Amino acid sequence: MSDTGAQESAFSWRDLFSEATIALTTRPARTVLTALGTILGVAALVATLGLAKTAGNQIVSHFDELEATSVVVRPPRGQGRNPNQQDVSAIPFDAGDRLERLNGVVAAGTKSDVSTGHALARSVPLIDPLGQTELQVSVIAASPGLFAAVRTELASGRTFDSGHNDRRDNVAVLGPGAARRLNVTRVDNSPAVFIGDVTLAVIGIIDDVAREPELLNAIIIPDGFARERFGLEAPAEVHIEVDVGAAELIGSQAAIALAPNDPDNLRVSLPSAPRQVRSSVQSDVNALFLVLGAISLLVGAIGIANVTLVSVLERTGEIGLRRALGATRRHVATQFLFESAALGAFAGLLGTSLGILTVVAVSANRDWIPIIDTWLPFVAPILGAVIGLLAGTYPAWKASATEPIAALRSGG
Amino acid sequence: MVDASRPVVELFGVARTFPGTPPVEALRPTDLTIADGEYLAIAGPSGSGKSTLLHILGLLDQPTSGVYRLDGVDTEDFNERQLAGFRSSRIGFVFQSFHLLAHRTAVENVMLAEIYRPGSRSQRRERAVTALDNVGLGHRLHSFPTTLSGGERQRVAVARALVGEPSLLLADEPTGNLDSGTSAQMLDLFDQLHRTGITLAVITHDDQVSARAERQIRMMDGRLTEAAGSLS
Repeated sequence: MSDTGAQESAFSWRDLFSEATIALTTRPARTVLTALGTILGVAALVATLGLAKTAGNQIVSHFDELEATSVVVRPPRGQGRNPNQQDVSAIPFDAGDRLERLNGVVAAGTKSDVSTGHALARSVPLIDPLGQTELQVSVIAASPGLFAAVRTELASGRTFDSGHNDRRDNVAVLGPGAARRLNVTRVDNSPAVFIGDVTLAVIGIIDDVAREPELLNAIIIPDGFARERFGLEAPAEVHIEVDVGAAELIGSQAAIALAPNDPDNLRVSLPSAPRQVRSSVQSDVNALFLVLGAISLLVGAIGIANVTLVSVLERTGEIGLRRALGATRRHVATQFLFESAALGAFAGLLGTSLGILTVVAVSANRDWIPIIDTWLPFVAPILGAVIGLLAGTYPAWKASATEPIAALRSGG
Repeated sequence: MVDASRPVVELFGVARTFPGTPPVEALRPTDLTIADGEYLAIAGPSGSGKSTLLHILGLLDQPTSGVYRLDGVDTEDFNERQLAGFRSSRIGFVFQSFHLLAHRTAVENVMLAEIYRPGSRSQRRERAVTALDNVGLGHRLHSFPTTLSGGERQRVAVARALVGEPSLLLADEPTGNLDSGTSAQMLDLFDQLHRTGITLAVITHDDQVSARAERQIRMMDGRLTEAAGSLS
């Protein structure tokens, strides 16, 4: 019986784990209440990050498609608006063809308002004194590429092509509003509309356009015909549909392609980054919620520290007993640290679940697809454990500093 | 029954001074030998240094000077883990206020005695059951302390102290929280343990308790006095 150093005391992981489990489960209500602050803090963080991600994705998928693929080129303000003005825009009539050669352009076409003098539009050549058959309908000259550039969907018939344009054919495509007002419902019977003394053969009726809704109420005629009969000097603007992500590039190239001698004389409108505006607003809101989450985590940590400290005082007798039974100061500290870390991890797990549930519930309510970063459900419980560990540091030190003698005499 | 040739405890000039102005000499240089199987009582009023001696004997505190040998091993140069290990394997404690954990059954409380002992996990429950059988509580294994009487609780505490067969059983005011009838049963249990060869040191202020021991020591102002009629 004279062996010495061999019998150092030990505290196995299994025992540590089961002791902590017993300590936390003997008073379940208290454990949950202690963890409540941390649960809510982690839940708030997870929900904020998850909802930001989810909402951000919804907005992007709604917005971008149309906005980010549209580039418009115009002459500087006050120029080329009125084709009868001497001030002629620098946009050439073959703008569509020039731009469609650029990589990244899906479709491009010119669009100009046409001045018809004071001529009114009508769909029958007769003048009926009893009914109003003459209407003020706007006339727009377009190059064939415009229809694709504004994503036209046809109700019937067809759009005009470069052949019509080159031949300066007197054809027209009607917007649905214009068609209704002019009582043109079908194109298979070769209807015609009249603007003053100009006769136009209607070859198609539009159902809808994604951009430039003024086309819906207009009579659209080829550039070539507008030049010949209505004195159109130059196109007023060019609409370009680009590939997603190509807007910046095309924006920098379009003016040079259209007016190599004087690119500065053209104004290029890029999709005006509404996304950046929105995301900065959103990041402000996010920051606010993250700060709130962090504050509730801090409160949660203080809660854990507080209750753990109280339980150290309550368990003074137990600490003394454990010391007498062979626990070192380090064993006692380890046990309390492990308990508070386990409590924090439990709170983190519960908070993560609550946060994810919140994201799913809000998404279901808004018909969104819930999106959560994959690292979040793993990192959040670890965050909880770290908070528990930090919160338990002082109580654990306090427990380890307990004098076993005094503790054992304290009763209980 | 007492084997004087094999001392369990040997104190040579052991003293404990607590720092302060002036320093408190809680235990003046003391020599004490407790033989294997001996039943010793240390009596004295409060403030006499009993608890200081208890802590030194129980390896919860180390003397400021002198040599303490337990089972022939000099504990002077032990680090904290070695002290704790010795405490765990060689000393059993019984306290005045029992110190049973309220949310654990009797057998779980006894099993607690071994969680700081290396490599003792297997058959921990069996050993705890045996220890409870030995103190006559085999029928209350799964009772919680709140449902046990004071005497039963103290017997659970004794079982916890005895599991793993320590060299020395240290009892600090074991009957302090018990009524006289239960105290008598407790002392009977100590007699019984003594007969099985356990080395027993009881610290008490109660002369009736110390009278039951085969050797009595009185403590006064940090000094030990061997009472007349006891051994050595």
